[in-house]
Amino acid sequence: MTATIDSPRSGKNSSGKISPQYRRTGASRGNFEMLAWLFMRLSGVVLVVLIFGHLFVNLLVGEGIKAIDFGFVAGKWADPFWQVWDLAMLWLAMLHGTNGVRTIINDYAEKDSTRLWLKIVLYAATTVIIVLGTLVIFTFNPCPVVDGVPLPGGFCPS
Amino acid sequence: MPTKPAGTLYRGREGMWSWVGHRITGVVIFFFLLVHVLDTSLVRVSPEAYTAVIGAYKNPLMALGETGLVAAIVFHAFNGLRIIAVDFWKKGAKYQRQMLWTVLALWVVVMVGFSIRHLSLALGGH
Repeated sequence: MTATIDSPRSGKNSSGKISPQYRRTGASRGNFEMLAWLFMRLSGVVLVVLIFGHLFVNLLVGEGIKAIDFGFVAGKWADPFWQVWDLAMLWLAMLHGTNGVRTIINDYAEKDSTRLWLKIVLYAATTVIIVLGTLVIFTFNPCPVVDGVPLPGGFCPS
Repeated sequence: MPTKPAGTLYRGREGMWSWVGHRITGVVIFFFLLVHVLDTSLVRVSPEAYTAVIGAYKNPLMALGETGLVAAIVFHAFNGLRIIAVDFWKKGAKYQRQMLWTVLALWVVVMVGFSIRHLSLALGGH
């Protein structure tokens, strides 16, 4: 006769539940790390399309990088299509990159206080860049005026 | 006394080196992204400020730097798609080595094409 030993993770031990030491999710973290893992893959696929399109249109079409100046940006952001494109690229790339650097900090910074401070700096930089970039896209003015005088190089309605 | 660790499936092999490459290119791209949002933000300072700073991207040394940056982006993009395939495709883990060589082959093809086009535009005097 052989004894039957239930697998510890089968949920078939005497209590009918998975023993606490075998549970993979803690109460406090929830499934944040799983969502972060999923976000990296979903945003990654979208970013391949957004960034390859960005590089193609800005560097490979026409005169390439030599054509990039204030007028080039004004021409793109006159079209809501490119505003949405650049906004999506800004947010997804910053969040994807921030989560990547967060992972690297967790891997290499061994002291709790070092990890905390590096992450504070990281999240502060991320917030500043996302807010700044979003404001720039939505408040862009092709004809900037200072003290009633249009700045040189702007595109003003005649 | 062992001088070398016994061979593993991961350490020192394609899996590990693609991970190293993914990390390094990711960090490089992230720091460029911070700078790139800041330089683009100069369109809110003045047209001349933006055009002056963006002019700094238009010299031969920067053209090489841009090519290096795009090389990092293209590797990170293709290897990222490989990671997704390893995670979600049933046979992904089995073919991860072959997929890495596919990534590198596609990377070479794309980078040869990009370099010819970008460098001839950026360095050409036409």
